[in-house]
Amino acid sequence: MPMPVPDLEVQYTKIFIDNEWHESCSGRKMPVHNPATGDLLCEVEEADTEDVDKAVQSARAAFQLGSPWRCMDASDRGLLLNRLADLVERDRLRLATLEALDSGKIFLMAYFVDLMATVKTLRYYGGWADKIQGKTIPVDGEYFTYTRHEPIGVCGQIIPWNFPVMMFAWKIAPALCCGNTVIIKPAEQTPLTALHMACLIKEAGFPPGVVNVLPGYGPTAGSAIAHHMDIDKIAFTGSTAVGKLIQKAAGDSNLKRVTLELGGKNPNIVFADCDLEYAVEQAHSGLFFNQGQCCLAGSRVFVEDSIYEEFVCRSAEKARNKVLGNPLVPGVDQGPQIDQKQFDKILELIESGKKEGATLECGGGPWDRNSLFIQPTVFSNVTDDMRIAKEEIFGPVQQIMRFRSVNEVIQRANATHYGLAAGVFTNDIDKALTVSSALQAGMVWVNCYNAMSTQCPFGGFKMSGNGRELGEYALQEYTEVKAVTIKISQKNS
Amino acid sequence: MLRIVLSRTLPRISGISNCQYSAAAIPVPSAQPQVHYNKLFINNEWQDAVSKRSFPTINPATGEVICQVAEADKADVDKAVKAAREAFRFGSPWRRMDASDRGLLLSRLADAIERDTAYLAELETLDNGKPYAVSYSVDVPMVVKCLRYCAGWADKWEGKTIPIDGDFFCYTRHEPIGVCGQIIPWNFPLLMQAWKLGPALATGNTVVMKVAEQTPLTALYVASLIKEVGFPPGVVNILPGMGPSAGSAIASHMDVDKVAFTGSTEVGHLIQQASGSSNLKKVTLELGGKSPNIIMSDANMAEAVEQSHFALFFNQGQCCCAGSRTYVQDTIYDEFMERSVERAKSRVVGDPFNMKTEQGPQVDEEQFKKILGYISSGKSEGAKLMCGGGVAADRGYFIQPTIFGDVQDGMTIAREELFGPVMQILKFKTLEEVVERANDTKYGLAAAVFTKDIDKAHYISSGIRAGTVWINCYNVFGAQAPFGGYKYSGNGRELGEYGLDNYTEVKTVTIKVPQKNS
Repeated sequence: MPMPVPDLEVQYTKIFIDNEWHESCSGRKMPVHNPATGDLLCEVEEADTEDVDKAVQSARAAFQLGSPWRCMDASDRGLLLNRLADLVERDRLRLATLEALDSGKIFLMAYFVDLMATVKTLRYYGGWADKIQGKTIPVDGEYFTYTRHEPIGVCGQIIPWNFPVMMFAWKIAPALCCGNTVIIKPAEQTPLTALHMACLIKEAGFPPGVVNVLPGYGPTAGSAIAHHMDIDKIAFTGSTAVGKLIQKAAGDSNLKRVTLELGGKNPNIVFADCDLEYAVEQAHSGLFFNQGQCCLAGSRVFVEDSIYEEFVCRSAEKARNKVLGNPLVPGVDQGPQIDQKQFDKILELIESGKKEGATLECGGGPWDRNSLFIQPTVFSNVTDDMRIAKEEIFGPVQQIMRFRSVNEVIQRANATHYGLAAGVFTNDIDKALTVSSALQAGMVWVNCYNAMSTQCPFGGFKMSGNGRELGEYALQEYTEVKAVTIKISQKNS
Repeated sequence: MLRIVLSRTLPRISGISNCQYSAAAIPVPSAQPQVHYNKLFINNEWQDAVSKRSFPTINPATGEVICQVAEADKADVDKAVKAAREAFRFGSPWRRMDASDRGLLLSRLADAIERDTAYLAELETLDNGKPYAVSYSVDVPMVVKCLRYCAGWADKWEGKTIPIDGDFFCYTRHEPIGVCGQIIPWNFPLLMQAWKLGPALATGNTVVMKVAEQTPLTALYVASLIKEVGFPPGVVNILPGMGPSAGSAIASHMDVDKVAFTGSTEVGHLIQQASGSSNLKKVTLELGGKSPNIIMSDANMAEAVEQSHFALFFNQGQCCCAGSRTYVQDTIYDEFMERSVERAKSRVVGDPFNMKTEQGPQVDEEQFKKILGYISSGKSEGAKLMCGGGVAADRGYFIQPTIFGDVQDGMTIAREELFGPVMQILKFKTLEEVVERANDTKYGLAAAVFTKDIDKAHYISSGIRAGTVWINCYNVFGAQAPFGGYKYSGNGRELGEYGLDNYTEVKTVTIKVPQKNS
């Protein structure tokens, strides 16, 4: 069993531009806290507009025609990504410990899930680098036509705090694979693993300026990136509210390409003909994983009438048995929420659930005083108009609602502005195929939940975002297609 | 890519001479590497042949025996096929493995080969005769790149979901074909092994590979690495043996699902027939060539001369894609000839373990005699011998770099694949004429054109019936780019994404649904 690194010292706290460590232009720093204890872990340089400008200059220079990065064999870009994966593997314990301290997530989860996904994502895109292929095209007329799949250019990437290092890999891997250069702003709550990754990026041998890491706040550094006139594309993962700001900023500035991975209020539909215990367990982990802080959380569990009571009873039992505590200690299931703001928002929504008449099965409040831990909470008899049924809670609060027919549940599941993921539990092949086709969600799971893999595209319908990450599909978001047409004296098939 | 590999792994050398290697960049080789593996490799185990027979493998630089190697025959092929079939069983570890893990195994194999570059290069040079500097800086690195490239495809080879008519959900699975027989030649032993194993294993097949009797040693060492990195038993089986016995047994086997063969067109015919006579196994062939290399009058002369020299003489002339008909436009013919002769005369022939050597021996006595026979026919049919034309050393199978001028299309040396260091230079007048003459061959493997004119380049590259056309370069290979022949040069493509098709069975699955929606 892997153990956290004891007495871990934070090594990297500065801004990473051009493969060098910089202090912030303003002189300001940001505090970084351990949400499980409230302790200050360290201070990190705070990037703002001027630092973003420096980073863009560096990324732009690295992208110049004729630069080492532009002239590099595609297979060598892939080799660098694979080397980075090797280094992450080497530093896996350290990164997992850092991640658990900075984000409050369970150490063993960080080690086995987050870091595993990080390595696999880097290797997966390492493999794509020299397989990004244009086409030759039989146009009409005496022409030879082909497409080049070129990198877009300088890409701004803004990532959230719920899976810091994994989100870092999800963003840089396809971008670098396609030959772009990157400016990435990790969340202010969780900059530490991103900065360690910066150090590994330099060690792996990426040329200066190819990846720049700028810890900072959304309204300052994030906004500077979204509005920058010399950033060609922005990719953002975070709340739908901020997603809208990013889209507006792009339209307001230089029409940079925008991809967004936003929130969700994901329906998890359990039919009577499923394996009940298995469905309860999947629905439970589908909600409570990562302290409920997942865009994919199955936060509306629709259960067919005939098994509803039993399902609720078992779900509450599971929730009550959860072990809260120090994320570094084995045997602990649930850590703290990320910060006070999230904590307050979740409690507020819990109160609304009580007030609007949902049945509180278990939990319903903070775990203890002066901490960011919240009791695993289950609400039953939830109706679609309640706030807890409509708004993304991002906490350990499970909503279980009752349904009677297939058409009804499809209609209710789709009655949301979100559309990120969905689950369907049934043994009936017709139901499985019908429901999965009908749901307006980028990811539909049948008889499973949160089954993710780097080869499979991930992204939202409607206000859950646009564009896809992971899989081959992600490459499109980091590619500009150029069609070249050459006049020739005689075309032959 | 060969040229690019050279210039990037070695210190920059002035000019474009790619046949002089800086000794400082490459470690000093041992001319007597130990042979560790000389038996059959079946089910991750080393075995004698059922018959207990063995055959000698020869060092072509000296004619001496290196060692005996176990000789596989039909009974051994049967054992290997059984092992490969078991490893391919539905539910087996190999079938159930994550595709990304198949990729990881191939990557680990690449890493292990990279680790053992120096040794493998020594063994390759000992068994094949190619200069060590080339084994070290070209063959082995290309093997590593090929395996890494294919490793990357393993979890990216995707089927489709398909909008057919009716209330159906339809999708394709890209499944492995099954047990694949692979028969590889002696001219690039390690590289040919990688070209075959990479796509076959990336797509999930199991393999029974027969390596050339002239050059079995490096493939057997790689087998030990295959076991070391963790491929399950039975996934790769390697059999040294003869074509007419072991090779034929594979081609006719009733339980081998596919055969891939690289070698002569003559044997290619036999393989295709064997498939038809047995179980209609899928067949892909990479065969011979008589590739035209066309030099237009506006070409960069120095580049064209050097590249044309490289195109023919590389690997002792033993390349299926050798530019063995050099068509030179009449206005520049004399100068081109003069420079080519000068270059050929300066080609360093000698001990392949000597860093200065550009050309080693031919691979065996049979090839040696055959090439001398062709040289003889060139002289007797009236071609003009410009340089070389004979044996280059007292022992081993060394032949002088040879150039024939005033070659006519009907001469034997202009029509048949020579596979030796003998260059044919022919004269032409017009573009249309040369395209027609270039195509007047049963082969269609490769071609090249040297010109600055964008339109001429395009006209020729579209007009020539060949699987690879090089423009202002020659022998540029990449794991990413498909390679294969038109006509008698073979069928199917190796490398690139296209290379995966030949190792895939497409299964269409159609499921009735209550109501189809777009």
